[in-house]
Amino acid sequence: MGGRTVEDVREDFPILDRTVHGKTLAYLDNAATSQKPRAVLDAVRVYYEHGNANVHRALHALGEEATAAFEQDRAKVQRFLNARSKREIVFTRGTTEAINLVASSWGDAFLKEGDVILLTDMEHHSNLVPWQLLCARKGCTLAFIPLTPEGALDLEAAESQWTDRIRLVALTHVSNVLGTVNDVKAITEMAHARGALVLVDGAQSVPHFRVDVADIDCDFLAFSGHKMCAPMGIGVLYGKEQVLDSMPPWMGGGEMISAVRREKSTWNELPYKFEAGTPNVEGAIGLGAAIDYLHSLEFPAIQAWEAELARYALARLREIPGLSIYGNAPDRGAVISFNLGGIHAHDVAQYLDKEGIAVRAGHHCAQPLMRLLDIPGTARASFYFYNTLSEIDRLHDALLAAAEFYA
Amino acid sequence: MNPFDDLYQEIVLDHYRSPRNKARLDNVPESMVHENPSCGDSIKLEVTVDEAGKLTGVRFDGRGCAISTASASLMTEKLKGLSVEEARAMAKRFIRSLRGDDPVEALDNMGDLVAFKGVAQFPVRVKCATLAWHAFLLSLPASPAGA
Repeated sequence: MGGRTVEDVREDFPILDRTVHGKTLAYLDNAATSQKPRAVLDAVRVYYEHGNANVHRALHALGEEATAAFEQDRAKVQRFLNARSKREIVFTRGTTEAINLVASSWGDAFLKEGDVILLTDMEHHSNLVPWQLLCARKGCTLAFIPLTPEGALDLEAAESQWTDRIRLVALTHVSNVLGTVNDVKAITEMAHARGALVLVDGAQSVPHFRVDVADIDCDFLAFSGHKMCAPMGIGVLYGKEQVLDSMPPWMGGGEMISAVRREKSTWNELPYKFEAGTPNVEGAIGLGAAIDYLHSLEFPAIQAWEAELARYALARLREIPGLSIYGNAPDRGAVISFNLGGIHAHDVAQYLDKEGIAVRAGHHCAQPLMRLLDIPGTARASFYFYNTLSEIDRLHDALLAAAEFYA
Repeated sequence: MNPFDDLYQEIVLDHYRSPRNKARLDNVPESMVHENPSCGDSIKLEVTVDEAGKLTGVRFDGRGCAISTASASLMTEKLKGLSVEEARAMAKRFIRSLRGDDPVEALDNMGDLVAFKGVAQFPVRVKCATLAWHAFLLSLPASPAGA
């Protein structure tokens, strides 16, 4: 990656040196959050040591520097996503807040009773519950694109269930449970041909491969910084300029206004209309540093290494008697959900933790999907570019030992 | 002992591998199912009380991890033969000491339940160990004094 070995890249992440219960940490919970490289930690520290000030207000040097840095990072995100304009990049707390922004602002302004929002059966709660709340406010209903037995979206079913009341398709780019990579470009084409807008939840895709909003042509894309080496509490809503322009503000406060009178105010221009209050400047600076860092490793190389990790992990896990893997879509990311015989996922995760291996166990904020699979939960190993094949070997060996322990 | 062995003590593993008083309780309605939303575990109980107000039997049904299964199994043994009020007091004492409202040493005087002392070091697992006990409390009629 960027001409460096994975062992060398790991040196950039101080946390990967630590031990857990006397064993070297094997961090396989990257779909929940990624670890942070020194380049990001340093950028945040340097900001507070040298440049901390509020943005868009102060006329002093620090304020101007902070504003310039904040806006440069916005431009960095714009280039990163291949958006047309900086006006299309709204900083949020994360994916969840970005989706809630669209549901509240766009949804309340434009949806009417009887309108339908089309989701899928593999959505994270953050791309389900905001729409349920919108439905309760506006009298809309939800529909769901079903899954094939492999865990891919059944696009033929989506075609046949289409109604002209569908106003928005909101779907995940990569499933945080099944690892499935959805063809969001094809779905956007289908939706646009029928007059619906498209929101892509990019939380599990943007950290792992280049996501080009001009190519996909989606109307909205949401992602979080913390899953891609940046700090927690910073995320992005991309929206097409003409769509964002048509939407009313979401939260009121400082920064988002133009003129304020006692009874009435006018709104600031994009994207500030949607950024009420002091923003997360530290987070934006960390996100900018994370984008630079990922570029230095080169996305094609990151993607190739993660594909190798997924291939090797699937092969090693399939060697384990009684282990079931959920999701077998042809196009998949390095997220693997599994159960080990009848052993509860929490017990599996607890055993792996004893061995220094961090995985997630539970419903992964996807309870409707768990219900469809008829399981209470799964264990999940999710990889990032700093993971190694030997960590996968450790996972394999620890799972064999866990099966014996709980037998 | 290391924390992991503290959590999965032999008696816990024994009750997990061979749960006592576990049965299919298809007669208990779905509305009586008690769930732990954080992990999707669910349990339902059948509690029988004689005319004198003593618990003559407690059975459970559900799916859960080793900790919640073992805790439910041990609970059915501990509660049998107690009066409703004694059982309620025991359940509250068990939950309070695992949650940290009371010192965890309170479990030292509760017989086999001391095996769950190690759970207190794993805040995420406290819910697993107390799931059956919460379900039991909810299955009882409200106590006269609301205590």
